[in-house]
Amino acid sequence: MTKYISSTINHFILSIGLLIMVVPIWIIFASSTHSSLFINTNGLQFFLGDNFIDNYSRVLFKQSGFFNEITALKMFLNSFVMATGIATLSVITSLMAAYGLVYFKVKFATFIFWLIFITLLVPLELRIMPSYIVMSKLNLVNTFAGLILPISASAIATFFFRQFYKSIPDELLEAAKLDGTNSWSFFIDFLIPLSKTMIAAVFIFMFVFGYNQYLWPLIMTTSEQYWTVVMGLKTMYGSISDRFAFVIMSMIPPVIIIIFLQKLFIQGIFQNK
Amino acid sequence: MKKVQFKSNYSQYFFLAPQLLILLIFLYWPIIQTFKDAFTMQDAFGFGSQFAGFDNFLFIFSDPSYFTAFKFTIIYSFVITFITGSIGLLLAVQANKVMHGKSAYKTLLIWPYAIAPAVVGVMANYFFSERYGLLHHLFNNLWGFNWYENVFDAYIYVIIAGSWKQISANFIFFLAGLQAIQKTVIEASIIDCKSNIRRFWTITFPLLMPTTFFLIIINITYAFFDTFGIIDTTTIGAPGSETKTLVYKAYIDGFKGLDLGSAGAQSIMMMIIVLVITIFQFRYIEGKIHYN
Repeated sequence: MTKYISSTINHFILSIGLLIMVVPIWIIFASSTHSSLFINTNGLQFFLGDNFIDNYSRVLFKQSGFFNEITALKMFLNSFVMATGIATLSVITSLMAAYGLVYFKVKFATFIFWLIFITLLVPLELRIMPSYIVMSKLNLVNTFAGLILPISASAIATFFFRQFYKSIPDELLEAAKLDGTNSWSFFIDFLIPLSKTMIAAVFIFMFVFGYNQYLWPLIMTTSEQYWTVVMGLKTMYGSISDRFAFVIMSMIPPVIIIIFLQKLFIQGIFQNK
Repeated sequence: MKKVQFKSNYSQYFFLAPQLLILLIFLYWPIIQTFKDAFTMQDAFGFGSQFAGFDNFLFIFSDPSYFTAFKFTIIYSFVITFITGSIGLLLAVQANKVMHGKSAYKTLLIWPYAIAPAVVGVMANYFFSERYGLLHHLFNNLWGFNWYENVFDAYIYVIIAGSWKQISANFIFFLAGLQAIQKTVIEASIIDCKSNIRRFWTITFPLLMPTTFFLIIINITYAFFDTFGIIDTTTIGAPGSETKTLVYKAYIDGFKGLDLGSAGAQSIMMMIIVLVITIFQFRYIEGKIHYN
């Protein structure tokens, strides 16, 4: 009997948690399916309306922005290019750097180690203005390279890969060496296949991280052609239901990625611990 | 480092080069620039600049609004850490216990983690708007809520907006931590201690210590840096600059106020704070906790 009571309490507490996490999004979603006129007179809504297709298609294809030069669809495309670029670049460079650090004798190894890992102390937010100046000197303002490169300059992924490599038994390299494997083919044929889960987890993490960037695109893009979804939210003008629809659409890509790949993601992160 | 390694004179540098190159150009160059700015005074029209020693630092220390931002950042990170940590732990413990619907709960509680802080801020904006806002109406009926004028009300606004998605992160890591505790330990403890609550605080919670400390660091970093998007889409620092975080203030002073010297000095102060937190984490916490 007490078992039933305690299990009921568990479910009750979890349901309250669910309400807190899900209801706000539901209200915005339900409200996004009503006309602006209705929202303006009746406030936020709990129940669905009949303007779903109207509102969402209008937002996706309508020219918006301060100068009306960009559609939401283009912003999504920009966000995807940016996030994929950041994830790909940081996975490749970190995978290689961690390999160089763990599997080789490097001159000034401690110095290089610190050169890489001290960067964890200096997130982009702390060097935003000088970074902007550097990017404008390099003529990278309003380019994808400008959006991608400074955010890929992160040692987080290197740290994860380094930990992972260190957990691989030394015997693997000994055996490979006996077979006469050189460093390049050991990397390609042994380490990369072994790191698949880790690579996927880091890629997902960096993709969501890149997609969710707000401040950097805000500063780097003076031309509306390069606006991304998350920064476009604040600057996008439109009626209230258009804005609700855009908020809902903006969260779909990262949320889908996390829901479908949560196992992989959590597994990858916890392989380290 | 591995005991067995490749012997080579140049391949290691080939592997290290891409990352080092990106870091040097896009990280070290701006950092050096930040230090240069922090020790330089620019005249009001931006025509000339001269070495200023510690003047910029003295300036921010004598600036009351810097202390307001400092105070707010400390309160904000403390409250967010406490709220999201305790709710995340409570939910994780329940989710770890239930037999039915575990994965449904897990999925639904995890996904706000993926939403960008700026998007959360825009949403919070609607809930706290005078016109549509449900929470605005609720709090207004309770005690006359007015966040543009009342500091306490503005705190509530940014704390709710800032905590919401971070509950998910705490939930994920606590749940993973709970699942990593071996069944035999729990079974043995059931024999020794009948009370569920006492058993949790004496057996389970100490075993969760590594996760707890990891999350404290994660939550503090989140409150320091990631909440930029939340502040910029909700209060914009109002009333006055009562809800400006240190990062937000450095951005406003540097980018909007074009005071590079002050922004640089503020960035360096932040770097020192992060450095202290990191040293604390490695020295104190890593030494004191026993991983199983």
